[in-house]
Amino acid sequence: MKKWWIALAALSSIGVGVATAANLAPPQGTVTIVLPSDARTSFKPGAGVETAQRYCLTCHSSAYVSIQPGLSTAQWTAEVEKMKNVYGAPIPDDQVSTLVTYLATEYGL
Amino acid sequence: MVAAGAALGGISLATAADAQTVVDLPFVNGQRPLTAFPQKRPLLQVTPRPPQLETPFAIFDDGVFTPNDAFFVRWHLAGIPQSVDASMHRIKVTGAVQRELLLSLDDLATMRTIEITAVNQCSGNSRGFFAPRVAGGQWGNGAMGNARWTGVRLRDILTRAGLQSNAKQVQFRGLDGPVLPETPAFKKALDVDVARGDDVIVAYLMNGQPMPLLNGFPVRLIVPGWYATYWVKMLAEITVLDHVDDNFWMKTAYRIPDTPAANIAPGTTGFATIPINKLNVRSFVTNIADGATISAGSTSLRGIAFDGGNGVRRVEISIDGGRTWRNAILEQDYGKYSFRRWNARWDARPGAYDVAVRASSNDGVMQKATPIWNPGGYMRNSIETYRVTVS
Repeated sequence: MKKWWIALAALSSIGVGVATAANLAPPQGTVTIVLPSDARTSFKPGAGVETAQRYCLTCHSSAYVSIQPGLSTAQWTAEVEKMKNVYGAPIPDDQVSTLVTYLATEYGL
Repeated sequence: MVAAGAALGGISLATAADAQTVVDLPFVNGQRPLTAFPQKRPLLQVTPRPPQLETPFAIFDDGVFTPNDAFFVRWHLAGIPQSVDASMHRIKVTGAVQRELLLSLDDLATMRTIEITAVNQCSGNSRGFFAPRVAGGQWGNGAMGNARWTGVRLRDILTRAGLQSNAKQVQFRGLDGPVLPETPAFKKALDVDVARGDDVIVAYLMNGQPMPLLNGFPVRLIVPGWYATYWVKMLAEITVLDHVDDNFWMKTAYRIPDTPAANIAPGTTGFATIPINKLNVRSFVTNIADGATISAGSTSLRGIAFDGGNGVRRVEISIDGGRTWRNAILEQDYGKYSFRRWNARWDARPGAYDVAVRASSNDGVMQKATPIWNPGGYMRNSIETYRVTVS
């Protein structure tokens, strides 16, 4: 939470909003923000949750899973395969079924 | 937490795990905590990392321009620079060009300045309303916004670099990157003819101000009339290609069925696809929400309409679920790519009504009642209907 106060204080002194409608020059200087940590986002408890925590949170928050409408086993399989094969998530072959079963159980139809 | 935020001029410092206001979008798993990210007022947090933030729909009733601090946010990859020095920023122009360029914002300032008002809408805006539902970013209707963009023509930059005769597409990349080196970096491409259009600009101002970092500070690509996926933020590389871009974000992602209106029956396989491109026509009521109760008497309906650059010809409203229609009044025209505000007087008598709105664009296309469907959840634009009780 402290980081947020620092970020907001920094923003107000950095000159966001320098240009006016009459001044169409490009911006100058540095803008610094601090994005919120998503450490407090977490997956639902359940068999296989450690696998999800280990391999999914590297690249995205758990909300990427929890906002979904509830997906079938086939749909979760496709998502896990996409993460592994397209995005390069280092999910070991022998962990794929654990992950799919967890997702389809806790975030299924 | 919200009270503490209010003391700071209304900026809530709350994060998702705090007790705070949650907006319930009307679909399964549609709970969205209102969360203030840096340079942003509280917005609907779809995901915190990478950040995907939706504009609360009531904002669209406030005016034709969407405020910068309320503008939606969508990043694909979590490697987002959190500190950007505009003075040091460079745009590299390379590939099938006569001369490579390394442009500073000061260089852009020496070029002809262009201002254009345009809607920026996510390809997947309204995906949460697809039936059957599809996987992806589960947006309500607020993954869109309208702003006045200031910058220089991409064409002027390309002319300065000089295209080689074999130039086929122009590819764009920003400062953002993936967490894992194995993940495809986010890159998008336009055909040379599109890239050289009058209205495609490299913008450094948004509504007359430097854009929020989360909207692409210090400079982003503006492709009026085209979906936001092409509006590359923190633009850092322009690469002229002698071939059709085959990177993941063009070849595999953001593809729509090559069918009329990008519509296809659920479960269909083996169909041809093309890259998503121009916006279709849409309209919304902005001053009355679905399920609202209003007082009887003379009232006004207000809203917005837009399309992919033909301009809005007509907006019609219905109070009987689309059986009968009458014209709304179109308000000031800010250009063919802008939101067009409209209004209509309604002498509302007690009862239950299905208020609907539909727009037609200048190319003769009118919104339809039946929604389209495609597996990506792209381009929803069916007629919006609002249940209203008059008491």
